[in-house]
Amino acid sequence: MINDKEKLLEVKNLKVEFGKRNKKFVAINDVSFNIYKGETFGLVGESGSGKTTIGRAIIRINPAASGEIIYKGKKISGKIDAELDKELTRKIQMIFQDPMASLNERAKVDYIVSEGLYNLKNYGSEENRKKLVEEALSEVGLLPEFASRFPHEFSGGQRQRIGIARVLVMEPELVIADEPISALDVSIRAQVINLLADLQKQKGLTYLFIAHDLSVVRFISDRIAVIHKGKIVELAETEKLFDNPLHPYTKSLLSAIPTPNPRVERNKKIEIYDPKKSHFDYDQYPPHWVEFEPEHFILANERELEGYKLK
Amino acid sequence: MAQKTIEEIINSEVILSVEDLVIKFNLRGKELTAIRGASLDLHKGESLAIVGESGSGKSVFNKSFMGLLDANGRIESGSIIYKGQDLSKYKTEDEWIKIRGKEIAMVFQDPMTSLNPLKTVGKQVQESIELHQNLKGEEAKKLAIEILNDVGITEPERRYKQYPHEFSGGMRQRVVIAIAVACNPNILICDEPTTALDVTIQAQILQLLKNLQDKYDLTIIYITHDLGVVANVADRIAVMYAGDIIELGSSEEVFFDPKHPYTWALLSSLPQLGIKGEALYSIKGTPPNLFKEIKGDAFAPRNPHALKIDFVERPPYFEVSPTHKARTWLLDSRSPKVEPPLLIKKMQEMGAKRGDIID
Repeated sequence: MINDKEKLLEVKNLKVEFGKRNKKFVAINDVSFNIYKGETFGLVGESGSGKTTIGRAIIRINPAASGEIIYKGKKISGKIDAELDKELTRKIQMIFQDPMASLNERAKVDYIVSEGLYNLKNYGSEENRKKLVEEALSEVGLLPEFASRFPHEFSGGQRQRIGIARVLVMEPELVIADEPISALDVSIRAQVINLLADLQKQKGLTYLFIAHDLSVVRFISDRIAVIHKGKIVELAETEKLFDNPLHPYTKSLLSAIPTPNPRVERNKKIEIYDPKKSHFDYDQYPPHWVEFEPEHFILANERELEGYKLK
Repeated sequence: MAQKTIEEIINSEVILSVEDLVIKFNLRGKELTAIRGASLDLHKGESLAIVGESGSGKSVFNKSFMGLLDANGRIESGSIIYKGQDLSKYKTEDEWIKIRGKEIAMVFQDPMTSLNPLKTVGKQVQESIELHQNLKGEEAKKLAIEILNDVGITEPERRYKQYPHEFSGGMRQRVVIAIAVACNPNILICDEPTTALDVTIQAQILQLLKNLQDKYDLTIIYITHDLGVVANVADRIAVMYAGDIIELGSSEEVFFDPKHPYTWALLSSLPQLGIKGEALYSIKGTPPNLFKEIKGDAFAPRNPHALKIDFVERPPYFEVSPTHKARTWLLDSRSPKVEPPLLIKKMQEMGAKRGDIID
């Protein structure tokens, strides 16, 4: 079914590096995946795994050292012309993790939500801009009057709604949500998850959802990619990944998910991932990114693949 | 490691007893009631989890046991009895110094900010040994290295000489725990000990705390909003809302047979229980304004099952079992029978089913 879907974003052999020459650090190494139009693509990994870097490469904050990022058939990594740049700024937007830190304390909500519009100068009249801001605020469940207030007057959940409103006002197609609910309380989390799901339905948005909390990612994602130390190790449809995880790192990550059930938790056994023991001689037989079965990708070498097939 | 049964815990000695505690803060000329008459008995050797959202007062409640309230806060009434002494009457730092560290120690949330970046890790552990255990010099150093080893830091001799920036997040949290344990306390308060950590590291730290609890005979209070952590570590759970403990019971009782509508709502909003493609249950409205006096049940305005009396009179504790009580009028024999929401019924069934297999 997914095969008929339109590819909105293609990432091909992406590599992102920081630092120069002998101090070079490869943050993302040879990563490839597609995001289909209208889906929620979950990217899961530990801190330092490079999941945020991928998001930042797509939104063109971190340049790609090699490889390509293709948006609707057009290459968007490397040098691009001014017009495409403007278009992408509007169409790809980002929601940040910490609503306490990501809003300008000195600006009113009106300005915060309009900043993207000001940058692109595409809002027409001042009256129209105000209307757009009001619309965006009401779409995220805030009152239009809030436009004249400052961020400190709002709770964490409301602030995250403001963060979402400033994304919506741009009318984006792809929204990169980088840990949008990690900093929120359980009950507020549920509200924001529901809001994101509603907006997706209404506007046909595509989400790249970056998170470390697998239980949240499972709930909202259509497909999940697991990233470890700058490489995606496994990618599959959500339930397939949970039913049949193959890569030892995925297994270890799944085994560590906290469950709200004391009996399960007490008897839980955590699988520890040790690259040296878990893999078959990577020095001699390096791993490849292969499609193990339709829509189920894994990083493995030949010997390991044979082992997976036997199961 | 044998898990203690709930009966063993309830029958063991009460190590800390809080009664009708009221804590107020002066803020911008107004008065805020952060804790509204909360009571709690802590039993020796147990792991008690205090669950609540930000602003529910769980941190303030625990800070008051160590005299760590901000300068504008005060204990208005109630008592905190520890070893025959009423801590709520303590005024001076000299009095508190006898409690802090030695008797009650704390593990703070963020290991990135709770260590001193200018001192070696070993010195920081040694400092608390020298302060609280009457050891000096080489002896203290030896014990510091031993404790670093206990918290799972490999090559402790070498790591002793390193600075916090040379440690990863998980390792720093181990150091913070080492410092707390080095005080040789009776009670360890862990304030969101794993919130800042990755899931795999989180599981390791929880295991570590359980091991240390056995080895050092600790009573641990976990303050957290993460119900997964709670399910993993807690013998008993106290649910806090708007400055009060609204439900208290064994871990199984609170997860599988919760009684207070707020506990229902909290559990229902977990994504683990949600059905994909459907909206997740979410609690309407916001927590009450603690600057104002709260009438009746604080959760009533957000509670779809609220009764008339919930807006008038504050419910007392109703006993569900000898180990389980909740502050909700729903448990009164005169109130109409209200069925818990569907997701909670699912939890109840889960609890009943697995119970049969175990028995």
